[in-house]
Amino acid sequence: MEDKDTGRLNIDSTIYTTRLSRKFLGRKPWSPADPGSVVSYIPGTVLDILVKEGQAVKKGEDLIILEAMKMQNFIKSVIAGKIKKITVEKGDRIGKGTLLLEIDPD
Amino acid sequence: MALNRKIEELREKKKQILLGGGEKAIEKQKAMGKRTARERISALVDKDSFMEFDLFIEHDARDFDMDKKSLAGDGVIVGSGTINGSPVAVYAQDFTVAGGSLGMMHSRKITKIMDYALKMRMPLIGINDSGGARIQEGVNSLAGYGEIFFRNTISSGVIPQISVILGPCAGGAVYSPALTDFVFVVDNISKMFITGPEVIKTVLGEEISMEDLGGARVHSELTGNAHFFASDEEECFAQIKKLLTFIPRNNRNGAIAVEAREPDGKFDPEKIVPDDPTLPYDVRDVIRAVVDKSDFFEIMEMYARNMVIGFARLGGVTAGFVANQPQEMAGVLDVDSSDKAARFIRFCDAFNIPIVTFMDLPGYLPGVDQEHAGVIRHGAKVLYSYCEATVPKITVILRKAYGGGYIAMGSRHLRADFVFAWPSAEIAVMGPEGAANIIFRKEIMSSDDPEETRGKKVEEYRKKFANPYVAASRGYIDAVIEPGETRACLLHAIKATAGKTVKMIDKKHGNPPF
Repeated sequence: MEDKDTGRLNIDSTIYTTRLSRKFLGRKPWSPADPGSVVSYIPGTVLDILVKEGQAVKKGEDLIILEAMKMQNFIKSVIAGKIKKITVEKGDRIGKGTLLLEIDPD
Repeated sequence: MALNRKIEELREKKKQILLGGGEKAIEKQKAMGKRTARERISALVDKDSFMEFDLFIEHDARDFDMDKKSLAGDGVIVGSGTINGSPVAVYAQDFTVAGGSLGMMHSRKITKIMDYALKMRMPLIGINDSGGARIQEGVNSLAGYGEIFFRNTISSGVIPQISVILGPCAGGAVYSPALTDFVFVVDNISKMFITGPEVIKTVLGEEISMEDLGGARVHSELTGNAHFFASDEEECFAQIKKLLTFIPRNNRNGAIAVEAREPDGKFDPEKIVPDDPTLPYDVRDVIRAVVDKSDFFEIMEMYARNMVIGFARLGGVTAGFVANQPQEMAGVLDVDSSDKAARFIRFCDAFNIPIVTFMDLPGYLPGVDQEHAGVIRHGAKVLYSYCEATVPKITVILRKAYGGGYIAMGSRHLRADFVFAWPSAEIAVMGPEGAANIIFRKEIMSSDDPEETRGKKVEEYRKKFANPYVAASRGYIDAVIEPGETRACLLHAIKATAGKTVKMIDKKHGNPPF
């Protein structure tokens, strides 16, 4: 933890001298969602991959079956495009937020 | 003579049950650095005050060879006793008996003592040390948890409920502590989680120890599930006993007042707070400077440190203190500190404890993470709980009181009964820098020397608004006081508000932004 005399926090253009919490220091910078990157929204196991690299997909098409909490979740494409890269394999156990595949949008 | 034999028989039966899970299981318990359930109760209540209920309870499960097993007391000890001479109801799960697992009769013992505590209006203390549901008893075990949660909920705000986590407390079992007022944890002993390391490993392949997942430190620093952290069981019991000196035994009795005592001389209120509003200090020293014996009993010391909460006495009367902490995150309001303050305010209100607020905050913490974590909804809890509270509300503005933060921290507008301000108070929509940048934007931009103009305008704003007198001229502040007068003003306010009566609009209940 930082010393109380070294941390700086800017609130409404005023700089305060204060300790900064671990949660604050560890926060992740925000970046806009990329519709071409399909990311797991729940941890689970990749039960099946329904597409191949280079394949064209339509919006709403099933891409991957992710088994999580005893449910088969069909991960669908939110855009139309071509599968650029598949970054998981059948049987992989993955956490939340794992990149599953990338799509080149049309 | 015949009676003597029967007394002997009773003693023999008791002796068997008092051994709990037997010597081997007790040895194992000790090897984990844990006391037995009976030792814990003895350590907690006044000497020889414990009266045990339902020692001879037995389960009647048949499946999975359970009919061949006898479990001493069905794995839980319940009864009533006194702490500091005041009655309490206690249950303690006995890990040496079937891992303290919760079966139907086990839960019935707990619910019986809960019903008793509620009817007699005495605090309930639950010592949790259990492997969880007794799987062999199936849905009866789940029913048992549900019955406990129901009683925790209907007892909330009527009797203080204290949970002591002295072993594992996993799965659905965690929700009883979560529904209670104060959760005590002990380093290396307490473990709380919904799904344990095993499941996480199977599902995700992530390996994590019980300690890192849901140990005492995690719940004290990170999750906010625990209110008191101790390094061993002895310290934990001392904390519980101290807490009970501050709070009443139910919502109709006030907390017991003690003889008034002066604060220690070593905290001088005039020397703690730096004049420059951007410099840090420890607001707990201001509390210590004004309360009896300088004794401040802090709650959730390690969680959301930018907000300080706890109990102390003013002229012998318990008061709940809520204070922004400038030395941590500049004392901002954020998601965690809002939750922390709001729940404490509601406890004080439910149990007739006056609320004293010390205000010194720059406003809310900016950031995408805060907005996306719902700082609007969480921040609203502070407003709701202050507005709703009908106990005496006394606010002292020490220094900064900017923007929405000023409104939220027990301002006049939320019906504070007394609002005092130190001469160092600055009540304004925002800090002088931010305000000048907006109000004098054009002048600053079009100036030949924008920085010089900015500096001048900031000073101009500071002189005009960064003081308590504008708010005082509107009556939003009752009195501008010298720091040295703070204790006298608080003592006056506590006495003056002792008969406070507020009739709220008749309704079933409100809908706070949980």
